Amino acid sequence: MLSTALIVFREILEAALVISIVLAATKGVPRRSFWICVGSFGGVLGGCLVAVFAEEISEWASGMGQEVFNAAVTLLAVFMLAWHSIWMARHGREMSMRLNMMGQAVSSGQKPLTGLAVVIGVAVLREGSETVLFLYGIVAGDSGQTAQMLTGGLLGIASGAIAGAAIYFGLLRVAMRHLFKVTNGLIILLAAGMASQCVGFLVAADLLPSFGDTLWDSSWLLTDNSILSKVLHTLIGYTSQPAGIQVFAYALTICSIVTLANVFGQPYRDGLTNSRSRDVVA
Amino acid sequence: MQFRITRLPIALVLASCAAMAQSATDNSFELTVQNHKFTPAPLTVPADTKIKITLHNQDQTTAEFTSDDIKGGKLVAGGKTASFFIGPLKAGTYEFYDEYHEDASKTQLIAK
Repeated sequence: MLSTALIVFREILEAALVISIVLAATKGVPRRSFWICVGSFGGVLGGCLVAVFAEEISEWASGMGQEVFNAAVTLLAVFMLAWHSIWMARHGREMSMRLNMMGQAVSSGQKPLTGLAVVIGVAVLREGSETVLFLYGIVAGDSGQTAQMLTGGLLGIASGAIAGAAIYFGLLRVAMRHLFKVTNGLIILLAAGMASQCVGFLVAADLLPSFGDTLWDSSWLLTDNSILSKVLHTLIGYTSQPAGIQVFAYALTICSIVTLANVFGQPYRDGLTNSRSRDVVA
Repeated sequence: MQFRITRLPIALVLASCAAMAQSATDNSFELTVQNHKFTPAPLTVPADTKIKITLHNQDQTTAEFTSDDIKGGKLVAGGKTASFFIGPLKAGTYEFYDEYHEDASKTQLIAK
Protein backbone atom coordinates (compact mmCIF):
# COMPACT_ATOMS: atom_id res chain seq x y z
CA MET A 1 0.00 0.00 0.00
CA LEU A 2 2.81 2.38 0.88
CA SER A 3 4.65 1.52 -2.31
CA THR A 4 1.45 2.27 -4.24
CA ALA A 5 1.18 5.60 -2.43
CA LEU A 6 4.79 6.43 -3.23
CA ILE A 7 4.40 5.64 -6.93
CA VAL A 8 1.18 7.68 -7.17
CA PHE A 9 2.87 10.53 -5.31
CA ARG A 10 5.75 10.53 -7.80
CA GLU A 11 3.36 10.45 -10.74
CA ILE A 12 1.17 13.31 -9.61
CA LEU A 13 3.89 15.48 -8.10
CA GLU A 14 4.57 17.25 -11.40
CA ALA A 15 0.90 18.08 -11.88
CA ALA A 16 0.69 19.34 -8.28
CA LEU A 17 3.66 21.65 -8.87
CA VAL A 18 2.13 23.05 -12.05
CA ILE A 19 -1.15 23.75 -10.24
CA SER A 20 0.62 25.48 -7.34
CA ILE A 21 2.59 27.74 -9.68
CA VAL A 22 -0.55 28.65 -11.63
CA LEU A 23 -2.39 29.35 -8.36
CA ALA A 24 0.36 31.68 -7.21
CA ALA A 25 0.54 33.34 -10.63
CA THR A 26 -3.17 34.13 -10.54
CA LYS A 27 -3.31 35.34 -6.96
CA GLY A 28 -6.09 37.89 -6.61
CA VAL A 29 -7.70 37.16 -9.97
CA PRO A 30 -11.44 36.64 -9.53
CA ARG A 31 -12.95 33.34 -10.61
CA ARG A 32 -9.52 31.72 -10.75
CA SER A 33 -10.68 28.85 -8.53
CA PHE A 34 -13.39 28.12 -11.06
CA TRP A 35 -10.91 27.96 -13.95
CA ILE A 36 -8.42 25.93 -11.97
CA CYS A 37 -11.17 23.44 -11.06
CA VAL A 38 -12.24 23.28 -14.71
CA GLY A 39 -8.62 22.56 -15.69
CA SER A 40 -8.15 19.94 -12.98
CA PHE A 41 -11.42 18.10 -13.59
CA GLY A 42 -10.91 18.31 -17.33
CA GLY A 43 -7.47 16.82 -16.80
CA VAL A 44 -8.79 13.98 -14.63
CA LEU A 45 -11.51 13.20 -17.16
CA GLY A 46 -9.03 13.43 -20.04
CA GLY A 47 -6.55 11.26 -18.13
CA CYS A 48 -9.18 8.55 -17.65
CA LEU A 49 -10.11 8.71 -21.34
CA VAL A 50 -6.46 8.49 -22.38
CA ALA A 51 -6.00 5.51 -20.06
CA VAL A 52 -9.07 3.76 -21.51
CA PHE A 53 -7.97 4.41 -25.10
CA ALA A 54 -4.27 3.91 -24.38
CA GLU A 55 -4.01 1.05 -26.85
CA GLU A 56 -5.73 2.94 -29.68
CA ILE A 57 -3.59 6.03 -29.09
CA SER A 58 -0.52 3.85 -29.00
CA GLU A 59 -1.27 2.51 -32.46
CA TRP A 60 -1.21 5.91 -34.14
CA ALA A 61 1.91 7.12 -35.92
CA SER A 62 3.10 3.53 -36.49
CA GLY A 63 3.21 2.60 -32.83
CA MET A 64 4.52 5.94 -31.60
CA GLY A 65 1.08 7.46 -30.92
CA GLN A 66 1.68 7.81 -27.21
CA GLU A 67 4.78 9.93 -27.79
CA VAL A 68 3.12 12.02 -30.52
CA PHE A 69 0.05 12.58 -28.35
CA ASN A 70 2.20 13.63 -25.37
CA ALA A 71 4.20 15.96 -27.60
CA ALA A 72 1.03 17.56 -28.97
CA VAL A 73 -0.62 18.26 -25.61
CA THR A 74 2.68 19.47 -24.17
CA LEU A 75 3.16 21.85 -27.08
CA LEU A 76 -0.34 23.20 -26.45
CA ALA A 77 0.62 23.88 -22.82
CA VAL A 78 3.79 25.67 -23.96
CA PHE A 79 1.71 28.07 -26.10
CA MET A 80 -0.72 28.74 -23.27
CA LEU A 81 2.13 29.48 -20.85
CA ALA A 82 3.79 31.74 -23.41
CA TRP A 83 0.52 33.58 -23.99
CA HIS A 84 0.06 34.07 -20.25
CA SER A 85 3.59 35.28 -19.81
CA ILE A 86 3.39 37.79 -22.66
CA TRP A 87 0.02 39.02 -21.41
CA MET A 88 1.45 39.47 -17.95
CA ALA A 89 4.32 41.53 -19.33
CA ARG A 90 1.70 44.09 -20.33
CA HIS A 91 -0.64 43.91 -17.39
CA GLY A 92 1.35 42.43 -14.54
CA ARG A 93 2.68 45.71 -13.27
CA GLU A 94 -0.79 47.19 -12.86
CA MET A 95 -2.03 44.02 -11.24
CA SER A 96 0.70 43.86 -8.66
CA MET A 97 0.40 47.58 -7.97
CA ARG A 98 -3.28 47.24 -7.27
CA LEU A 99 -2.84 44.15 -5.14
CA ASN A 100 -0.06 45.86 -3.27
CA MET A 101 -1.54 49.30 -2.73
CA MET A 102 -5.22 48.65 -2.46
CA GLY A 103 -5.22 45.05 -1.35
CA GLN A 104 -8.17 44.38 -3.57
CA ALA A 105 -8.89 41.98 -6.33
CA VAL A 106 -8.12 43.13 -9.81
CA SER A 107 -10.76 43.14 -12.48
CA SER A 108 -9.76 40.26 -14.66
CA GLY A 109 -10.84 41.77 -17.96
CA GLN A 110 -9.18 39.69 -20.67
CA LYS A 111 -6.95 37.75 -18.28
CA PRO A 112 -6.15 34.53 -20.13
CA LEU A 113 -7.32 32.14 -17.44
CA THR A 114 -8.66 29.72 -20.02
CA GLY A 115 -5.07 29.30 -21.20
CA LEU A 116 -3.85 28.44 -17.73
CA ALA A 117 -6.79 26.08 -17.24
CA VAL A 118 -5.59 24.26 -20.36
CA VAL A 119 -2.06 24.09 -18.90
CA ILE A 120 -3.40 22.49 -15.71
CA GLY A 121 -5.60 20.16 -17.73
CA VAL A 122 -2.59 18.98 -19.76
CA ALA A 123 -0.42 18.45 -16.67
CA VAL A 124 -3.14 16.50 -14.85
CA LEU A 125 -4.05 14.51 -17.97
CA ARG A 126 -0.51 13.39 -18.67
CA GLU A 127 0.33 12.33 -15.14
CA GLY A 128 -3.21 11.19 -14.40
CA SER A 129 -3.49 8.75 -17.30
CA GLU A 130 -0.36 6.88 -16.14
CA THR A 131 -1.66 6.81 -12.57
CA VAL A 132 -5.00 5.44 -13.71
CA LEU A 133 -3.27 2.71 -15.77
CA PHE A 134 -1.02 1.81 -12.87
CA LEU A 135 -3.86 1.66 -10.32
CA TYR A 136 -6.12 -0.22 -12.71
CA GLY A 137 -3.30 -2.70 -13.32
CA ILE A 138 -3.13 -3.53 -9.61
CA VAL A 139 -6.81 -4.45 -9.49
CA ALA A 140 -6.67 -6.26 -12.83
CA GLY A 141 -3.85 -8.39 -11.46
CA ASP A 142 -5.64 -9.28 -8.24
CA SER A 143 -9.09 -7.90 -7.47
CA GLY A 144 -8.51 -8.65 -3.77
CA GLN A 145 -6.17 -5.64 -3.85
CA THR A 146 -8.94 -3.11 -4.51
CA ALA A 147 -9.06 -1.67 -0.99
CA GLN A 148 -5.27 -1.49 -0.77
CA MET A 149 -5.13 0.18 -4.16
CA LEU A 150 -7.72 2.79 -3.22
CA THR A 151 -6.05 3.57 0.11
CA GLY A 152 -2.61 3.76 -1.47
CA GLY A 153 -3.88 5.83 -4.37
CA LEU A 154 -5.69 8.32 -2.14
CA LEU A 155 -2.69 8.55 0.19
CA GLY A 156 -0.46 9.28 -2.81
CA ILE A 157 -2.83 11.92 -4.15
CA ALA A 158 -3.10 13.52 -0.70
CA SER A 159 0.69 13.70 -0.33
CA GLY A 160 0.97 15.20 -3.80
CA ALA A 161 -1.63 17.82 -2.87
CA ILE A 162 0.27 18.62 0.35
CA ALA A 163 3.50 19.08 -1.61
CA GLY A 164 1.69 21.38 -4.04
CA ALA A 165 0.16 23.38 -1.18
CA ALA A 166 3.61 23.74 0.43
CA ILE A 167 5.03 25.24 -2.79
CA TYR A 168 2.00 27.52 -3.16
CA PHE A 169 2.20 28.93 0.37
CA GLY A 170 5.96 29.17 0.00
CA LEU A 171 5.48 31.31 -3.11
CA LEU A 172 2.95 33.52 -1.34
CA ARG A 173 5.64 34.46 1.18
CA VAL A 174 7.28 36.34 -1.66
CA ALA A 175 6.46 40.02 -1.20
CA MET A 176 3.35 40.94 -3.15
CA ARG A 177 5.12 43.51 -5.31
CA HIS A 178 7.55 40.81 -6.48
CA LEU A 179 5.04 37.96 -6.68
CA PHE A 180 4.12 38.36 -10.35
CA LYS A 181 7.74 38.83 -11.36
CA VAL A 182 8.66 35.59 -9.59
CA THR A 183 5.69 33.59 -10.85
CA ASN A 184 6.24 34.94 -14.36
CA GLY A 185 9.83 33.71 -14.22
CA LEU A 186 8.60 30.32 -13.02
CA ILE A 187 6.07 30.18 -15.84
CA ILE A 188 8.71 30.96 -18.47
CA LEU A 189 10.90 28.16 -17.07
CA LEU A 190 7.88 25.86 -16.96
CA ALA A 191 7.22 26.64 -20.64
CA ALA A 192 10.87 26.08 -21.59
CA GLY A 193 10.96 22.79 -19.69
CA MET A 194 7.78 21.64 -21.41
CA ALA A 195 9.14 22.64 -24.83
CA SER A 196 12.19 20.51 -24.11
CA GLN A 197 9.95 17.59 -23.04
CA CYS A 198 7.86 18.04 -26.16
CA VAL A 199 10.79 17.65 -28.56
CA GLY A 200 12.10 14.90 -26.25
CA PHE A 201 8.92 12.91 -27.00
CA LEU A 202 9.37 13.46 -30.73
CA VAL A 203 13.00 12.35 -30.58
CA ALA A 204 11.91 9.28 -28.60
CA ALA A 205 9.40 8.54 -31.37
CA ASP A 206 12.23 8.89 -33.90
CA LEU A 207 10.37 11.77 -35.58
CA LEU A 208 12.91 14.49 -34.88
CA PRO A 209 16.69 14.36 -35.16
CA SER A 210 18.37 14.62 -31.77
CA PHE A 211 21.25 16.94 -32.80
CA GLY A 212 23.49 15.16 -30.32
CA ASP A 213 21.89 12.27 -28.48
CA THR A 214 23.25 13.11 -25.07
CA LEU A 215 24.64 16.59 -24.78
CA TRP A 216 25.72 15.82 -21.24
CA ASP A 217 25.02 13.09 -18.71
CA SER A 218 24.41 14.19 -15.16
CA SER A 219 22.68 10.97 -14.12
CA TRP A 220 25.60 10.27 -11.77
CA LEU A 221 24.50 13.37 -9.87
CA LEU A 222 20.74 13.16 -10.16
CA THR A 223 18.96 10.35 -11.99
CA ASP A 224 15.70 11.16 -13.73
CA ASN A 225 13.75 8.84 -11.45
CA SER A 226 14.45 10.45 -8.09
CA ILE A 227 11.87 12.70 -6.48
CA LEU A 228 14.14 15.75 -6.42
CA SER A 229 14.82 15.23 -10.09
CA LYS A 230 11.09 15.07 -10.83
CA VAL A 231 10.60 18.37 -9.00
CA LEU A 232 13.44 20.01 -10.93
CA HIS A 233 12.14 18.41 -14.13
CA THR A 234 8.89 20.31 -13.72
CA LEU A 235 10.29 23.55 -12.33
CA ILE A 236 13.28 24.12 -14.64
CA GLY A 237 13.02 21.25 -17.16
CA TYR A 238 15.90 19.23 -15.70
CA THR A 239 16.75 16.02 -17.50
CA SER A 240 19.92 14.06 -16.88
CA GLN A 241 20.67 13.21 -20.54
CA PRO A 242 19.31 15.98 -22.74
CA ALA A 243 19.48 15.73 -26.51
CA GLY A 244 20.93 18.74 -28.31
CA ILE A 245 17.55 19.60 -29.79
CA GLN A 246 15.99 19.67 -26.30
CA VAL A 247 18.48 22.27 -25.12
CA PHE A 248 17.83 24.19 -28.34
CA ALA A 249 14.05 24.10 -27.79
CA TYR A 250 14.56 25.19 -24.17
CA ALA A 251 16.67 28.19 -25.14
CA LEU A 252 14.44 29.06 -28.09
CA THR A 253 11.35 29.11 -25.87
CA ILE A 254 12.92 31.40 -23.29
CA CYS A 255 14.26 33.76 -25.98
CA SER A 256 10.93 33.82 -27.85
CA ILE A 257 8.85 34.54 -24.77
CA VAL A 258 11.21 37.21 -23.46
CA THR A 259 11.45 38.87 -26.87
CA LEU A 260 7.71 38.80 -27.48
CA ALA A 261 7.03 40.03 -23.96
CA ASN A 262 9.30 42.99 -24.70
CA VAL A 263 7.68 43.68 -28.06
CA PHE A 264 4.06 43.36 -26.98
CA GLY A 265 4.45 43.96 -23.31
CA GLN A 266 5.25 47.65 -23.30
CA PRO A 267 3.01 49.27 -20.75
CA TYR A 268 0.56 51.82 -22.10
CA ARG A 269 2.68 54.62 -23.39
CA ASP A 270 0.18 57.23 -22.35
CA GLY A 271 0.96 56.64 -18.71
CA LEU A 272 -0.29 54.71 -15.79
CA THR A 273 -3.01 57.10 -14.76
CA ASN A 274 -4.67 56.70 -18.06
CA SER A 275 -4.44 52.94 -18.06
CA ARG A 276 -5.85 52.75 -14.58
CA SER A 277 -8.89 54.80 -15.41
CA ARG A 278 -9.35 52.71 -18.52
CA ASP A 279 -9.35 49.54 -16.43
CA VAL A 280 -11.83 50.95 -13.99
CA VAL A 281 -14.19 51.63 -16.85
CA ALA A 282 -13.64 48.09 -18.15
CA MET B 1 -4.18 41.65 -30.07
CA GLN B 2 -4.15 38.23 -28.52
CA PHE B 3 -4.24 36.58 -31.91
CA ARG B 4 -1.20 38.47 -33.01
CA ILE B 5 0.56 37.55 -29.78
CA THR B 6 -0.06 33.84 -30.20
CA ARG B 7 0.77 33.60 -33.88
CA LEU B 8 4.44 34.49 -33.74
CA PRO B 9 5.63 31.81 -31.31
CA ILE B 10 3.62 29.24 -33.26
CA ALA B 11 5.52 30.19 -36.40
CA LEU B 12 8.82 30.02 -34.54
CA VAL B 13 8.19 26.57 -33.14
CA LEU B 14 6.82 25.25 -36.42
CA ALA B 15 9.93 26.47 -38.16
CA SER B 16 12.06 24.68 -35.62
CA CYS B 17 10.06 21.50 -36.16
CA ALA B 18 10.35 21.78 -39.93
CA ALA B 19 13.57 19.78 -39.85
CA MET B 20 11.57 16.65 -39.12
CA ALA B 21 13.46 13.59 -40.21
CA GLN B 22 12.61 9.97 -39.79
CA SER B 23 15.54 7.63 -39.65
CA ALA B 24 14.86 4.03 -40.56
CA THR B 25 15.66 1.51 -37.88
CA ASP B 26 15.95 -2.22 -38.42
CA ASN B 27 17.48 -2.91 -35.03
CA SER B 28 14.38 -4.33 -33.42
CA PHE B 29 14.37 -6.38 -30.24
CA GLU B 30 11.61 -8.24 -28.46
CA LEU B 31 11.34 -8.08 -24.70
CA THR B 32 8.77 -9.85 -22.58
CA VAL B 33 7.77 -9.22 -19.01
CA GLN B 34 6.03 -12.00 -17.11
CA ASN B 35 5.62 -12.34 -13.36
CA HIS B 36 7.49 -9.01 -13.21
CA LYS B 37 10.57 -10.61 -14.79
CA PHE B 38 12.02 -9.57 -18.13
CA THR B 39 13.14 -12.07 -20.77
CA PRO B 40 15.63 -12.22 -22.30
CA ALA B 41 17.66 -11.17 -19.26
CA PRO B 42 20.11 -9.76 -19.79
CA LEU B 43 19.03 -8.20 -23.07
CA THR B 44 21.93 -7.81 -25.49
CA VAL B 45 21.79 -5.07 -28.11
CA PRO B 46 24.33 -3.46 -30.45
CA ALA B 47 26.14 -0.37 -29.21
CA ASP B 48 26.25 3.01 -30.97
CA THR B 49 22.97 2.64 -32.81
CA LYS B 50 19.37 3.50 -32.15
CA ILE B 51 17.35 0.39 -31.33
CA LYS B 52 13.66 -0.35 -31.17
CA ILE B 53 12.37 -2.46 -28.31
CA THR B 54 8.97 -4.10 -28.47
CA LEU B 55 7.83 -4.90 -24.96
CA HIS B 56 5.18 -7.58 -24.45
CA ASN B 57 3.55 -7.31 -21.06
CA GLN B 58 2.15 -10.72 -20.21
CA ASP B 59 1.19 -9.75 -16.68
CA GLN B 60 -2.14 -8.24 -15.84
CA THR B 61 -0.48 -5.38 -13.99
CA THR B 62 0.89 -2.31 -15.76
CA ALA B 63 4.64 -2.25 -16.42
CA GLU B 64 6.96 0.62 -17.35
CA PHE B 65 10.41 0.08 -18.84
CA THR B 66 12.64 2.36 -16.79
CA SER B 67 16.36 2.80 -16.40
CA ASP B 68 18.43 5.22 -14.38
CA ASP B 69 21.14 5.15 -17.02
CA ILE B 70 19.20 4.94 -20.26
CA LYS B 71 16.92 7.65 -21.56
CA GLY B 72 13.50 6.57 -22.79
CA GLY B 73 11.16 3.78 -21.87
CA LYS B 74 7.48 3.26 -21.98
CA LEU B 75 4.44 2.28 -20.00
CA VAL B 76 2.64 -0.85 -21.17
CA ALA B 77 -0.73 -1.81 -19.72
CA GLY B 78 -1.38 -5.40 -18.64
CA GLY B 79 -1.62 -7.88 -21.51
CA LYS B 80 -0.55 -5.25 -24.06
CA THR B 81 2.43 -4.64 -26.30
CA ALA B 82 4.22 -1.37 -27.07
CA SER B 83 7.36 -0.29 -28.88
CA PHE B 84 9.85 2.43 -28.10
CA PHE B 85 13.31 3.58 -29.13
CA ILE B 86 16.43 3.80 -27.01
CA GLY B 87 20.03 4.67 -27.72
CA PRO B 88 22.45 4.99 -29.38
CA LEU B 89 24.16 3.53 -26.30
CA LYS B 90 27.87 3.35 -25.63
CA ALA B 91 29.16 -0.20 -25.17
CA GLY B 92 28.58 -1.25 -21.60
CA THR B 93 26.18 -2.77 -19.12
CA TYR B 94 23.08 -0.89 -18.07
CA GLU B 95 20.46 -1.66 -15.45
CA PHE B 96 16.76 -1.47 -16.20
CA TYR B 97 13.58 -2.42 -14.40
CA ASP B 98 9.80 -2.14 -14.36
CA GLU B 99 9.19 1.11 -12.51
CA TYR B 100 6.22 -0.37 -10.69
CA HIS B 101 8.01 -3.56 -9.56
CA GLU B 102 11.56 -2.36 -9.29
CA ASP B 103 12.97 -5.05 -6.97
CA ALA B 104 11.40 -8.04 -8.69
CA SER B 105 12.20 -6.94 -12.23
CA LYS B 106 15.66 -5.35 -12.08
CA THR B 107 17.95 -6.79 -14.73
CA GLN B 108 20.58 -5.74 -17.22
CA LEU B 109 20.93 -4.58 -20.77
CA ILE B 110 24.26 -5.15 -22.44
CA ALA B 111 25.32 -2.99 -25.36
CA LYS B 112 28.26 -4.25 -27.39
